[in-house]
Amino acid sequence: MIPVPPAIQRIPWKLIAILAGITGFGLLVLYSAAGGNWSPWALNQGVRFLVFLTAALVIGRFPIRIFEDFAYIAYIGILILLIAVELLGFVGGGSQRWLNLGFMNLQPSELMKVAIVIALARFYAQLPPGNTRTFTALWPALVMIGFPAALVMLQPDLGTALAICIGGVVVMFVAGLPFWWFGSTAVAGLAALPILFSFLHDYQQKRVLIFLDPESDPLGAGYHISQSKIAIGSGGIGGKGFLNGSQSHLDYLPEGHTDFIFATMAEEWGLIGGLALLFGFFLLLRWSTRVALKARTRFGQLTAAGLTMTIFFYIAINLMMVMGLAPVVGIPLPLFSYGGSSMLTIMTCVGIMLAIENDSKTGTRRFH
Amino acid sequence: MPKKKSPPITEAWRGITFTRRALVVGGAQAAVGVALAARMAYISVVDNDRYVLESESNRVNLTLVPPRRGWIVDRSGKALANNRVSLRIDIIPDRLHNKELVLGQLQTLLRLDGDTMERINRDLKAASGFQPVAIKEDMTEAEYSSILVRLPELPGIAPQRGFARNYPTGAAVGHLIGYVGAPNAEEYQKAKDPLYITPGYKIGKDGLEKYFQDMLKGQPGARRVEVTARGKVVRDLSTQPDVQGKTVHLTIDADLQEFVARRMGRESGAAVVIDCQNGDILSFVSMPSFDPNSFSDGISSSEYAWLRADDHQPLINKATRGLYPPGSTLKPMAAIAAVEHGVDPSERHTCVGGYRLGSRFFRCLGTHGSLDMPSAIMKSCNSYFYWLAHRLGYDAMAPTARLLGLGEEYQLAGSNQRFGTIPDSAWKMKKYDQEWSASDSLNAVIGQGYVLANPLQLAVMAARIASGRRLYPRLINREFKNEPLPFSPEALAVARQGMDLVVNGAGTAVRSRLPLDGITMAGKTGTAQVRGLGTGNGKSGTWKFRDHGLFIGFAPVVNPRYATAVVIEHGMGGSRAAAPVAKDFMTFLFDREKAMEALETFEAGWGGTIKERMDRDYAAWKAGASKPDPELAQ
Repeated sequence: MIPVPPAIQRIPWKLIAILAGITGFGLLVLYSAAGGNWSPWALNQGVRFLVFLTAALVIGRFPIRIFEDFAYIAYIGILILLIAVELLGFVGGGSQRWLNLGFMNLQPSELMKVAIVIALARFYAQLPPGNTRTFTALWPALVMIGFPAALVMLQPDLGTALAICIGGVVVMFVAGLPFWWFGSTAVAGLAALPILFSFLHDYQQKRVLIFLDPESDPLGAGYHISQSKIAIGSGGIGGKGFLNGSQSHLDYLPEGHTDFIFATMAEEWGLIGGLALLFGFFLLLRWSTRVALKARTRFGQLTAAGLTMTIFFYIAINLMMVMGLAPVVGIPLPLFSYGGSSMLTIMTCVGIMLAIENDSKTGTRRFH
Repeated sequence: MPKKKSPPITEAWRGITFTRRALVVGGAQAAVGVALAARMAYISVVDNDRYVLESESNRVNLTLVPPRRGWIVDRSGKALANNRVSLRIDIIPDRLHNKELVLGQLQTLLRLDGDTMERINRDLKAASGFQPVAIKEDMTEAEYSSILVRLPELPGIAPQRGFARNYPTGAAVGHLIGYVGAPNAEEYQKAKDPLYITPGYKIGKDGLEKYFQDMLKGQPGARRVEVTARGKVVRDLSTQPDVQGKTVHLTIDADLQEFVARRMGRESGAAVVIDCQNGDILSFVSMPSFDPNSFSDGISSSEYAWLRADDHQPLINKATRGLYPPGSTLKPMAAIAAVEHGVDPSERHTCVGGYRLGSRFFRCLGTHGSLDMPSAIMKSCNSYFYWLAHRLGYDAMAPTARLLGLGEEYQLAGSNQRFGTIPDSAWKMKKYDQEWSASDSLNAVIGQGYVLANPLQLAVMAARIASGRRLYPRLINREFKNEPLPFSPEALAVARQGMDLVVNGAGTAVRSRLPLDGITMAGKTGTAQVRGLGTGNGKSGTWKFRDHGLFIGFAPVVNPRYATAVVIEHGMGGSRAAAPVAKDFMTFLFDREKAMEALETFEAGWGGTIKERMDRDYAAWKAGASKPDPELAQ
């Protein structure tokens, strides 16, 4: 046996394999979607993955205290950016979601998905155990979720606003807040759905209505869902074969390399490809859930659980959307869809969870 | 908040709660994952067949290739209607997502005028779903390729290389052949044929094109192509060629048809030439006409308005739809009837400038003195025929008129006939509940009063007098019995002799004698009053109130071969307006060069060929200038 140097042992090879597997599969699909070309998408995406993976591994080396200490500052900073974006959009006339940093367009709402989880984890980690079931445990969290969610809704970006809410609510849930709070809120929310619906923009309302009955408008707004289902359904069990997807290659499938990339994949790889991808995501989420369960600190536990939910939310909403189970909300499939913002978010999540995992390997478990 | 006994909250309790709830969340996530996998399996396995079908129907576009239409040819095989290659583009309304942008681009690229844009917008509003709307037909290669290269930016645009109907002689065959056009929504509903909504497919809309639609249409081809969502063709999968429609052979003589049409000049009227041997219609002209090429390409609203506004009524087929009092052209018929009823043709009657019937005096156009029957025809003496009509009554003459083809509707391909009236006492009783009077007979015998006939009937009458047989006019090879007429040879001889004298004796049409050696024409002029008797003289004044000029005739006088009738609306008299036209086209039948020379001289005076004049008139009309006064053109 050749002794493996500890520096190499410390690198999370299994995790890298999972991430590279999912992204690599995505690269093949992007290659096909471009008509058998590495440009314009696959090569870009590959390079980006390597950069972000390296960044995640570096973040993973940070001591966990840093995240805890900077949680609020980061949260407030990003909240200010969100307001700035809103003002810029107001000045520029129309909605704007990003800030131009020169080398890239930054979407503060993406960062907020991570920041809200960390900030709430910090809050509940500091909260004395005895206060868990009191009002003190509730209102600051609601305020912290409410502000960014409202700002993102104004953009308007329903999908990201939901992601922020879900990430925050899951942290509250695992923090041990009374069960019936969630139950009664859910019931109240269901009852208030028609009112919430009336607050949505026209095009958002239309999307929801068409989701409920996609065939009502097969050439208009229901087109996305119909064509996506045709792509997935016509793939069958084994798919039409690599580079043979007619739906994507003949442009019937809109956004075939971003939001609807799962349909592009399913058309060529069939049910087998779909199940393989789901299995890949299962492995990733199993790893992150384990990180949460094994975390040494309460902050680590709550953060890992919240970030797991954030990643899961991406996957679940995107897949439900392409299979006609959810309205078209414009959420990409993590690591698979072409695009920098979502990959940045996911890899940041992965990096933070790596840091939590490393932390749990070093010392004894303690909860403040 | 409800107070209830709960265990003391400790860090250990929090840890257990966390683990428990994290597992709940994880379990929920796993459940969603399983549900998603099940959903995917359902779509791709259970519903697989359905979605494979939908994917194929997305990918493969089955386009019908409109069949090439059958030709319409004349008696010697010369094309009256054929096809030419046409580059065209259409809009598929359902694929047109950004209408303003696409139409704007097309307008600039193809330099479409306001008229065309208006038509396109109107058609787009009326069109349903995938029914294509024509943008432009007959594009040049340059225009066509300028669209082809921009196809990706113009979703909803369908370019096509097809065939278009072509009428080489244009307006000369307008009323004879009719025209084709894209089927409208009603016709599609009736036929339920997908071909009807295929771009470039035309059906016969009028005339022979409509009558022979089934023969001419042919069978469509099919082309399976792979297309993108924007309608761009990626590759051909398979093609089945079309079958061209059958050729329709007409009895028409294309050269004569064109000559007659051109010879009509700026006049409004009709001319029909019939072969005396078998009833073949050699020429069937109504002028002015429309250019069927314009209709077949989808006529613009302003061109249509121009045609409608013309007081010469180019949209009406005057050869079968125009009814005129036949005037004196009925006198040879009256002569036959008289001889058949025992009148001796050599019996003389003295014309004193009219005929007294009771207290009324019926005028003659001259004071002709003593006349026998042939010279009465020659001079077109009204007094003589008033005398005959008074003596015999019109009930004796009406059956002869009917035997000669008047008042009858013929079985004629593609024509929509108004067949006029040959009155008698029974007819008047039925229609007006009044007794027939002697003055009715006098009016009828000179082709006025209740008598109405169309130019085709007059030509048939001429052909029957010339041949002595009951000829029926035909445009295709249709068999009629054409049995001999039940008239005595003397009766027919008197009529023919009178008609001979009209042109070659001292008659009303001596100026229209054929300029040929050994071939002469017989004829009879007629002048039909437009205003009532005695109001104005019909020889001058407003065009609309002038007399119609008519002429019937046949040539040669011995062994007649061709019979004809010409009607010139408001031509102020048969000898002045109609007979010279007949003279020229009869000359054409025997000596083409001589006739062409005469025509070219005329056309120089009228301002060019039919097309040149129509183009100029249309341009002037569009420019807002009034139509040139017809008086100046005469």
